[in-house]
Amino acid sequence: MDQKELFALEQQCIQECAPPCTAACPVHVDVRAMLAETARGDFSAALKIYQKAVPFPNILSRICDQPCQNVCRRGEIEESIAIRALERAAVNHGELPEEKKRPMPKRSGDIAVIGGGISGLTVAYDLARKGYKITIYEAGNELGGGLWKADRDYLPAEVIREDVEVIYELGVEVDLNTLIDHIHLVELRNAFDAVYIAVGPHASENFELERDEYGVIKVDPITFETSMAGVFAGGGLLWGIEMHSSVTSISEGRRAGISIDRYLQKVSVTASRVNEGPYTSCLYTDISGISPRPLIQIGDPDFGYEWHEAIQEAKRCIQCECMECVKACEYLREFGRYPRRYVREIYNNLSIVKGTRYANTFINSCSLCGLCAEICPENLDMGAVTLKARQTMVVQNRMPASAHDFGLRDMQFSNSDKFLMVRNAPGATTSDYVLFPGCQLSASSPEHVERVYGDLRGQLPDNRVGLMLGCCGAPANWAGRPDLFESILSAWHTHLQAMGNPKVILPCSSCYQVFQKHLPDVEIISLWDFFDEHGLPTEATSANRTVSIHDPCSTRYESHLQDSIRRILRRLGYQIEELPRSRERTTCCSYGGMMWLANPNLAEKVVQKRIQEGEADYVTYCAMCRDNFAGQGKRTWHILDLIYNQGSDEHGSQRGPTYSQRHENRARLKRHLLTEIWGETMDGSQPYESIRLSIAEDVQAKLEQRLILVEDIQRVIEYAERTRRRLLNRQTGHYLAYYKPTTVTYWVEYMPAEDGFTIFNAYSHRMEVPGSGPS
Amino acid sequence: MSEQEQVWMCDNCNIPLQPDKVDVAYMGNAFPVELLKCPNCGLVFIPEDLALGKMVEVEKQLEDK
Ligand code: SF4
Ligand code: SF4
Ligand code: SF4
Ligand SMILES: [Zn+2]
Repeated sequence: MDQKELFALEQQCIQECAPPCTAACPVHVDVRAMLAETARGDFSAALKIYQKAVPFPNILSRICDQPCQNVCRRGEIEESIAIRALERAAVNHGELPEEKKRPMPKRSGDIAVIGGGISGLTVAYDLARKGYKITIYEAGNELGGGLWKADRDYLPAEVIREDVEVIYELGVEVDLNTLIDHIHLVELRNAFDAVYIAVGPHASENFELERDEYGVIKVDPITFETSMAGVFAGGGLLWGIEMHSSVTSISEGRRAGISIDRYLQKVSVTASRVNEGPYTSCLYTDISGISPRPLIQIGDPDFGYEWHEAIQEAKRCIQCECMECVKACEYLREFGRYPRRYVREIYNNLSIVKGTRYANTFINSCSLCGLCAEICPENLDMGAVTLKARQTMVVQNRMPASAHDFGLRDMQFSNSDKFLMVRNAPGATTSDYVLFPGCQLSASSPEHVERVYGDLRGQLPDNRVGLMLGCCGAPANWAGRPDLFESILSAWHTHLQAMGNPKVILPCSSCYQVFQKHLPDVEIISLWDFFDEHGLPTEATSANRTVSIHDPCSTRYESHLQDSIRRILRRLGYQIEELPRSRERTTCCSYGGMMWLANPNLAEKVVQKRIQEGEADYVTYCAMCRDNFAGQGKRTWHILDLIYNQGSDEHGSQRGPTYSQRHENRARLKRHLLTEIWGETMDGSQPYESIRLSIAEDVQAKLEQRLILVEDIQRVIEYAERTRRRLLNRQTGHYLAYYKPTTVTYWVEYMPAEDGFTIFNAYSHRMEVPGSGPS
Repeated sequence: MSEQEQVWMCDNCNIPLQPDKVDVAYMGNAFPVELLKCPNCGLVFIPEDLALGKMVEVEKQLEDK
């Protein structure tokens, strides 16, 4: 990921866009944060937020024309939030801390401000605080300008005087009763380094500056520069009406102030000045679930909200934000932030030269399921981002060895002689069809694979259906190993060519996804589409039962496949209660992306969340989804269970096989099919494979959790018994031996038994210690 | 250690294990660790809590480095 890609991704996530209220506010009050503080009853914090954007809070909170309200999302449900009234409540009930006497910055430059209305006062306020020397020329006998024309009931004189006092406190020089005409302007321009004109709508005729066809002084709409260098103008004079909008006048003063500052600092006046005035928010907020809450009425209109009323009103704020993907994805929620932040963290993680890479676990925990991309209003696909990050980590040689090792070795097993097998039907030299059941269905339900193969041979011309056993290579892809992935794919390609390019029949949707995306010239059909088209192989009894369907995440955009499953289920007599999130919004069972391996705790949460989403029993059509759900107590059938009349409660509740049994099941499936159908025998088993173990159930559970396979233990024992390199516990008589077949060192505590060995414990580590064997 | 010292012995050499500095390595980093070891053939003993505790911790630290 380079910087450009990072920025593009950051842009794509709009979570940090200002909410509509703030975007529409000409001075961009952080309304959402202010209301959050108010809702908590912290009016002082609310006031602090308000005052940060508004130089004269007491004045503006009474007369703001609140353009924010028109776009408040609460207004789409009933009445918008009473934003100005809550700002006034902050002023009334909050207290600002004594401003710390920090040393004032001293910027050098003399600035003349013509007009003491709210716009001129803002420029004076902002620039005086930067250390410039300011002189205000006011035609009237008091500061305030157009404010004095406001309704005194709303804006009493003492409020104006009190708020404006700060100008004097900042050391601004004020020349009252001083009318400036053009001669003066030219003189002022010469005497001062910059001039701001904010004389209101009616007093601007004097100045000889370029004007538009309506006679209004022409200014640059972004910088407020006039036709005379160093002279800026803003406020009511641009609008030609009295009291048009105080908040706009403040905003223009503030923006002109930025220009004047830059002009005097001799830096670009125009550079990167986006969204300084009001704009349309880019934030997305789903308000569909928000229930109505009526507007809180103000008890005493002269005073405004009492504090308890204000709290209630502030609680109506939706606190607009996007977070759509985070709400939907347990993984994105788990790490506490959102994609805009995540992509930055990933970028940093990939760029670190020295130091700890904190995002490794994050990057490897994603299930790559694509739900975020489907849900995100901007279609940001975090799965694609984390997958790419994994690939980069592998190339940088920074991928933690432990992250995917177990999964890759499992894949290696499936593509070794133990399971790999490619055959045309007995006697045939080519095939029209080939069944590719994949590694996981073969591991979970080898008996179903045999039945399906038999049935396909019944449904299609007998000797035209071949069989191909192995793993499609998905784990290599998930592990960020395109090299390994490519080599597996090309092996499948070669095998298929040798078989005469048969159509591949796929029960597993992960395989389906791999073939479809990465072997585009191979003709494929999902087994479910096949059954839907050709009819079911069995005569099913009508079940008359309600189930919910969990669509595997790899079928997200395969609606034909989802439809076939639903039709098959109905044909089998099931009523379907759709889960709230299904089809293109379905979730991952935690198998995808090897999340279960990189982050087992998260995987458990993911499964828990999914199995609580529906009351009815689940049906799915991926072996891993089935085993993951059933493993945590949700009755779940694989569609093949139902097709083959095994829809009993017990069957649906049965846990899947252990990792060792999964290997065993695959190996046995191959052996059995070879003998039964092709009349061949398998040869070449390793000496350790014949070692018989007796393992108590609690020890077995421990092994499963520690990812230690029976074959790992067999290897240790074979080595220890052959070399006598083992420790003896004098108290228990148990042996303890260790051995490192490839990358992991396994320790096994055991004792010889009658026709094998009893296993008491096993554990492993990756650190290398002396004496762990020859490899 | 002392209790385990008495409990575990090297079966092949038929002598008790003794504490000794052993080099443990991961991802190109090696550090000496005090472990029980057969003084004759060098077979070592890593207890379960060390393997699943401190060792995993250090493995992760090195992997994230
Ligand atoms: S200052 Fe005005 S426009 Fe801005 S948030 Fe407050 S009421 Fe709305
Ligand atoms: S609901 Fe709250 S955050 Fe959303 S637009 Fe309205 S005031 Fe702003
Ligand atoms: S859905 Fe997620 S990634 Fe997309 S904009 Fe919202 S927070 Fe950002
Ligand atoms: Zn020894």
